[in-house]
Amino acid sequence: MRLEILNSGYGPGTKLLFAIIRLFSGHPVPDAAKVVFYRPDFYGACAKEFTHEAMRGPSAWSVGDRELMAAYVSTVNESAFCIGAHTATATQAYRDAPRVAAVLADLESAPVEVPLRATLRMLGKLTRDGEVGAEDMREVLAAGVSPEQVKDALAVCAAFNTTNRLGDALGFELLGSDGFEAGAKYLLKRGYR
Amino acid sequence: MLGQDKKRAAQRALVDRVLNGEGNASAEQRARAFRNEGLSPPLDVLIGKVADRPTQVTEEDLAAATASGCTEDQVFELVVCAAVGQSARLYDAGLAALAEATGQGEV
Repeated sequence: MRLEILNSGYGPGTKLLFAIIRLFSGHPVPDAAKVVFYRPDFYGACAKEFTHEAMRGPSAWSVGDRELMAAYVSTVNESAFCIGAHTATATQAYRDAPRVAAVLADLESAPVEVPLRATLRMLGKLTRDGEVGAEDMREVLAAGVSPEQVKDALAVCAAFNTTNRLGDALGFELLGSDGFEAGAKYLLKRGYR
Repeated sequence: MLGQDKKRAAQRALVDRVLNGEGNASAEQRARAFRNEGLSPPLDVLIGKVADRPTQVTEEDLAAATASGCTEDQVFELVVCAAVGQSARLYDAGLAALAEATGQGEV
């Protein structure tokens, strides 16, 4: 990463943990995970709690839907690390690679449910333009999305707009497809905490 | 309902921690990075990019920030504040639009 403290500024316990993860998973700890271990009292502890709640907490959206939202927001932001990580995670969660690929290639023509498409469209506009209006929300609600689901989607959007920015600003190193697959498996088994 | 309150509460806890908790950068600097306003060069360039066009942040932007007298820990904190701040504005804007659409009060 672009700040040396994020590459080498970890205590002995954390370094040992990283070594154990590398040994058992066969992959080095991804930068997105490292960054939440750096002085976790400042950012990581609260960030993990919020992201886990948004991605794995109670919601009418499935885990696959929320991972797809994360991949979609990351795509709008052109945030390469998070696109790779959450495309892989959404694909594993749905067990449906063509569905995920179609949404990320062209939302409007992708074969997804009307409520999910309307929600992704709104998240894309908010992420791209920095604002949405009541009319945008009425369209989402008219597509059959509950207000609770809108709030849940906004939480995913907030969590990933943060992670996307850190990934791009701090320079998270991209993984190979096997690295992203291994990370996806971990995120589906353990979540973000 | 309960689940949602926990999501919003967790985000507010994150915002409160990075702005008001202990840090190496001053609370005033962190607040400026969070709002993306009032920082002097070269930090204003770095933080402006983190908030609005993060893919354009370069190695040089970070090097300029540390060369201007900030420690890496301070730069890390300000980058985090800028990322959390922009995301908080998006979250607030979305929730406000939803509240308007549903005729509900502040959510």
